[in-house]
Amino acid sequence: MKLETMNAEATGGRSSIERTDLDKIRADFPILGLQVSGKPLVYLDNAASSQMPQPVIDRIVRYQSQEHANIHRAVHYLSELATREYEEARVKVQHFVNAKESREIIFTRGTTEAINLVMHGYGRAFIGKGDEIILSALEHHANIVPWQMLAREKGAVLRVIPMDDAGELLIDEFEALFNAKTKFLALTHVSNALGTVNPVKAMVAFAHRHGVPVLLDGAQAAPHQAVDVQDLDCDFYAFSGHKMCGPTGIGALYGKAKLLEKMQPYQGGGDMILSVTFEKTIYNVIPSKFEAGTPPIMAAIALGAAIDYLNGIGLARIQAYEATLLDYATEQVSALSGVRIIGTARKKAAVLSFEIKGVHPHDVGTILNEDGIAIRTGHHCAQPVMQFYGVPATARASFAFYNTKAEIDKLVAGIRKVQGMFS
Amino acid sequence: MSDMRQLYQEVILDHNRKPRNFGSVLGANRHAEGHNPLCGDHIKLSMNVLEDKIETIAFEGEGCAICKASASMMTGAVKGRSVRDAETLVEEFRGMATGTLDPDSAANHLGKLKVFAGVKDLPSRVKCAILPWHTLHAALNPVLSPGADTSISTEGAADPVPGSLIGEE
Repeated sequence: MKLETMNAEATGGRSSIERTDLDKIRADFPILGLQVSGKPLVYLDNAASSQMPQPVIDRIVRYQSQEHANIHRAVHYLSELATREYEEARVKVQHFVNAKESREIIFTRGTTEAINLVMHGYGRAFIGKGDEIILSALEHHANIVPWQMLAREKGAVLRVIPMDDAGELLIDEFEALFNAKTKFLALTHVSNALGTVNPVKAMVAFAHRHGVPVLLDGAQAAPHQAVDVQDLDCDFYAFSGHKMCGPTGIGALYGKAKLLEKMQPYQGGGDMILSVTFEKTIYNVIPSKFEAGTPPIMAAIALGAAIDYLNGIGLARIQAYEATLLDYATEQVSALSGVRIIGTARKKAAVLSFEIKGVHPHDVGTILNEDGIAIRTGHHCAQPVMQFYGVPATARASFAFYNTKAEIDKLVAGIRKVQGMFS
Repeated sequence: MSDMRQLYQEVILDHNRKPRNFGSVLGANRHAEGHNPLCGDHIKLSMNVLEDKIETIAFEGEGCAICKASASMMTGAVKGRSVRDAETLVEEFRGMATGTLDPDSAANHLGKLKVFAGVKDLPSRVKCAILPWHTLHAALNPVLSPGADTSISTEGAADPVPGSLIGEE
């Protein structure tokens, strides 16, 4: 089977990452020098979590050794410094997704918390009995379960946009789901299990024609392409720091100011208030209203450093280079007999889900690990996607801009080895 | 020999290709199901226990090679044995897989099942090997889940206390 590989062409021949740049980039990531099972690490699990470059690690060390104090509190030097750095990180995130204002950026623990914040703050206030929430068949559990919880609590109904065998959403069916009861659309920008890039801009525009606000799960998009929330016109955009060279425990929610302002707080506590008496609390303005308690200050500042690092390479170059990696991997893997690529959408991010005939993905993962190759095996927190394809799990290789074609060759050799053992 | 080669020996690959006692026992008086949500392993065990002896036993379901071979070899090992002997094997297998029992030094009845000893060095795969044994334990102790078919899940712990976690059906 030869699959069409058009991802590189689709990026329009924009400048990519050249061999010499690649060596320099790889040298920025200390972990890429690691030996696993006595072999050089081949890290192909970037959709689960990416690795951290030295400048981000250095930023964390600098913050913790020279800048740390609690923010928005005291008048002393360190507190003012930490507050400034934290708020500068917010501005970096704002520019990273091209939000209009920095107060439209709320720091969260990650994509999951960002979605839960919208479910609680918007959903519980504005979605009621009999109302309908549209999701897609491609969603990660993080963009299913919160809405299911809301639907159960409010008596609302979930409607699911179906997909075809390639893993592309059926746009006609999507449009047919809208009616007067439709109150919300929660949609992934890029599928974590299959890599499908959804035509979110057109889908947002359609939802808006029906007066329906849209949340985009950008966890798999933000690290791999430039995101412009004003151009997409989405109402909410959620993403995680640790999938884009930052640390775990930090992510961001973009929300249009006028929506955030009318939403209920997600958690109560310090920092999210203007004044508190036992009778009454006046909530703080956005974004503070949604950042109760001491936030992960170091992680937010490190996310800012990760954004600087990605911008230093350029998201357009990252996207162009990763497209060449995906095309190469797709060609190599689809040329193997007895291997099925799961998810063959025309427009994909650098994710390659596959199954080897007669071999459970977990056995694939264990055997590849013996050669230092890290892939994800399992349902990828997208069990409905697995059910659609009738598989319990898949093996998934996911690429980042620091991966190489030579690493893909090792993956292919590893797959052959698995097939040899199980033949 | 590496952990991986030690584990994926021919005997395990053979049981994976041609699982023994695969199917279900007609008119079985003991049933249990086991789930491993992490990798989608799913084992359905049925058996006939007469006068404290496992007369017949069969399993069906889906799983990785480790899980399937473990289930296949387990059915062979406990068929014709007393419930007590089977429970002893459950304990010994769990001990071997979690590393608390060294099958080469401590007395045990594991015999051919020692091919699974290497799994203790692969923490993410311990659950795969143990799932059939937990399922067996649950089937032999229906009191753990009275009034319903027993169901166990390995979600959350590498070696859950059998019956303490009820998988969703």
